[in-house]
Amino acid sequence: MDLADTPEEQEFRARLREWLAKALPTLPPKPSPEDWPGRRAYDLGWQRMLYDAGYAGLHWPVDAGGQGATPTQHLIFLEETEKAGAPYVGANFVGLLHAGPTIAAEGTAEQRARWLPPILRGAEVWCQGFSEPDAGSDLAALRTRARRDGDDYVVSGSKIWTSHAEVADWCELLVRTDPEAPKHRGITWLALPMDAPGVTVRPLKTLAGSAEFAEVFLDEVRVPVSGRVGEENDGWRVTMVTLSFERGTAFVGEVVACRRVLGELARTARENGRWDDPVLRRRLGRLNAEFRALWRLTQWNVSEAERTGGVPGVGGSVFKLRYSHARQELYDTAAEVLGPDALDLDRPWTLDRLSSLSYTIAAGTSQIQRNIVAERILGLPKGR
Amino acid sequence: MRFQLTEDQRALRDGVRQLLARRFDREALRAAVRAPGLDRALWRGLGEAGFFALRLPEKDGGVGLGLPEAVLAFEEAGRALLPGPLVATHLAAGTVPGAATGEAVVTAVDGGLVEWLAEADVVRGDAAGAVPLRSVDPLTPLHRVASVSPTEPAAVSPADPVAVLLTAAEQLGTATRACETAVQHARTREQFGQPIGAFQAVKHLCADMLVRAEVARAAVYAAAVTADPADIAAARLLADEAAVRGARDCLQVHGGMGFTWESEVQLLLKRTWVRTHRGGRVTESEETLAAELLS
Repeated sequence: MDLADTPEEQEFRARLREWLAKALPTLPPKPSPEDWPGRRAYDLGWQRMLYDAGYAGLHWPVDAGGQGATPTQHLIFLEETEKAGAPYVGANFVGLLHAGPTIAAEGTAEQRARWLPPILRGAEVWCQGFSEPDAGSDLAALRTRARRDGDDYVVSGSKIWTSHAEVADWCELLVRTDPEAPKHRGITWLALPMDAPGVTVRPLKTLAGSAEFAEVFLDEVRVPVSGRVGEENDGWRVTMVTLSFERGTAFVGEVVACRRVLGELARTARENGRWDDPVLRRRLGRLNAEFRALWRLTQWNVSEAERTGGVPGVGGSVFKLRYSHARQELYDTAAEVLGPDALDLDRPWTLDRLSSLSYTIAAGTSQIQRNIVAERILGLPKGR
Repeated sequence: MRFQLTEDQRALRDGVRQLLARRFDREALRAAVRAPGLDRALWRGLGEAGFFALRLPEKDGGVGLGLPEAVLAFEEAGRALLPGPLVATHLAAGTVPGAATGEAVVTAVDGGLVEWLAEADVVRGDAAGAVPLRSVDPLTPLHRVASVSPTEPAAVSPADPVAVLLTAAEQLGTATRACETAVQHARTREQFGQPIGAFQAVKHLCADMLVRAEVARAAVYAAAVTADPADIAAARLLADEAAVRGARDCLQVHGGMGFTWESEVQLLLKRTWVRTHRGGRVTESEETLAAELLS
């Protein structure tokens, strides 16, 4: 067991730090959270800077245009960019962490050439068209229909909780192509151009007051068959190839950020006198233990992925379960430190507290994650 | 960074596990409850296997390994519910004659309590006037050191961070056993025509046990690598939580059977309770970690 960087990792970290110190001051001012076109431009601009510096698609395979970095190098990248205050992956999230890796793993040569370079270069934004009003945690219950008509699929239905839909160029879309098949079969993965006729996007306001996601309505939308990744009716398997990425390293930067917030909370508490409350102090101490352990668990999972040379496994569910609750606990504690200021929406921690409520729901609820842990790791029988 | 067990560490862990499976299996655990007392032959066997001399330099007759290896060995001891003042004897190797080889049983005053006082050859700390109490754990006889106020346990002896970490490793082992025991029961016990593990309420109890144990494992192993005081305090808090809550959930999964003397679940739970009183109070670990945030 070793937690120290190897000489190669040390060099990688040092080079990255040096580049970040030069690159970050050249960034334009951060747009307001409400300004979606501004956020898109900002996130794509950052992606372009990463691309020019040779950091785009760090963990992608080289033959997909990535850098073929080790999982540990990817971890160092996420750790250092967060520590330096670099932008979050933002609007590029689905492209870089989900649609891109899916196309890299399952797409044809033409598909890879068409879609991967613009993701890495920061030219195109993707969104995820998986969830539906009646198919959230039970994703395989999706009903959006696609019927074959010549060289096109004709798609009708609706999607919901689609992040970045307003500013996306493409949508990784799951549709039902065989309504007669058992529900996990008969699903197909399509790349939907968001400007196709018949696509309507209606922003949804979150309880935090911002429009983070949207409903997407699809009315007889024509998607070329050439936009299908994987075989017809094989979309479920195609999706499962990459879903584990979402639970693998997706939260690395956030754990680093949470540890920073915890330090800020302690200093704020000392300044406003709340530090004298031993109950609050001990709660902060416990959270320190919690986020230290979550960071160690991240290092463990990444080292394991490196050892097995593969995809992050179901260990991601263990991490996601614990992290999502710890994050909520962190911002509830922030409210205790802030006192009446915790009710002020202009305090960033108040918005963070509100948005933390989504963590136990998005990307598989805590209840679904527990089922995954119980059935796939512990081998308990499936319920009826 | 390669935060995984090395081949040697795996071999060591498997070796200790096999040794304990041979020398202290379920039957031996039950027999120990029926006839309490420290098994001197087993103690010497542990000494011969290098359990106590693991971190002693080779030039002093030890095995010459480090804290990570000791943590793996103590995790296995915790998994087997091995009784005796293991941590105190391990820490005494090299300073108390006979401790390294398992010839001597060494105990220590900790938090106003002394474990296995009557069986020990050497007591570290001042146990004068210690009075026996009726220990909650049938496999950990306890004495109370009379002069200690319950609010000031740290005044007696500041907790040795290594003792805290090795205790956390034992808690981790017991947490793992609690999860395995609960899962085994949930897979085989049938009610309402199916294994109870098919019910989501039971399934989620088991999942949470595993999550707590795995988070604790990462914390305990990392603390063994860094030996950092804040990492050790964190490991302690998470391992205590994983062990105590794991044992309670294991009892819940066993239902009425878990509440009987015959079930081994009581032994899991009671031992985890005893260990939470070692190495200073939980609140001290929390305060250590709070203070670290301001450093």
